[in-house]
Amino acid sequence: MSAALLSFYIFSGVILLSSLMVISTKNPVHSVLFLILAFFNGAGLFVILHAEFLAMILIIVYVGAVAVLFLFVVMMLDFKLSIDKSSILQYMPIGIFVGLVFISELIIVLINTKLDLSNIQILANPIEKYKDLTNTEALGSILYTDYILYFQLSGVILLVAMIGSIVLTLRDRDGVKRQSIQNQLDRTAKSTIDLVDIKSNEGVDI
Amino acid sequence: MIELNQFLILSALLFSIGVIGIFLNRKNVIIILMSIEIILLSVNLNFVAFSYFLGDLTGQIFSLFVLTVAAAEAAIGLAILVVYNRNAGSIEIEKINSLKG
Repeated sequence: MSAALLSFYIFSGVILLSSLMVISTKNPVHSVLFLILAFFNGAGLFVILHAEFLAMILIIVYVGAVAVLFLFVVMMLDFKLSIDKSSILQYMPIGIFVGLVFISELIIVLINTKLDLSNIQILANPIEKYKDLTNTEALGSILYTDYILYFQLSGVILLVAMIGSIVLTLRDRDGVKRQSIQNQLDRTAKSTIDLVDIKSNEGVDI
Repeated sequence: MIELNQFLILSALLFSIGVIGIFLNRKNVIIILMSIEIILLSVNLNFVAFSYFLGDLTGQIFSLFVLTVAAAEAAIGLAILVVYNRNAGSIEIEKINSLKG
């Protein structure tokens, strides 16, 4: 058994187990941590498939940003962990049924078909063209030339997501005292100070 | 030697785990968002596996875009979740039924 095959089996076993744990643990914090483990093993699988750049992006973007964002939200929100067994059992049959149908259909099809990709001639960006470049350089030379429009569109998507989440979570709180520079500059001595002549023995109404 | 079918079966299993997670989970929405992330990971795995065995880099490019959209979706989803939790006080799925009428 070659090293690649062995590591494939290790990575795929851990990724399947950890994603099973993601959907089955009671504590959402544990779910996020198992999700991080699954992403790490996914990155390992990408390395086996010679996609080093995507593997590093998976670790940086998913583990570093998305999973930590999940962790923030899980820890910020106050979850009630009380879950009665009856509601789980209520949806268990349909869930198991749908899952089994999915798994059996896909596995049956995949075991019975032998995909032969060796004689496909029409390739958009064949790897042989970029043989003397690293994976990152090859991806960059395609992404910034042929796919520049899609690249910029994905940037726009990220911008929209950023503005959207800021707008969603922004709120005006009551009882917060803020400095109003306009009001401060508008004040004059005449509008603020009132000079009163106080007669003797009469006092003044304030 | 690893074959393409092994990666496809692994990715099919991951996808099914994600779908089962969406169906089985009744506790909170955040597990559903994580299941969607698992599904997107399996799709990415499919793209990269085909890219490797076909000898074509386009699959990796597409996988990059899937990553981008997944990150945007996670950010928006979590923001909606935070706002909903602030307004309704709970994100239990069974209690999210205000559209029921």
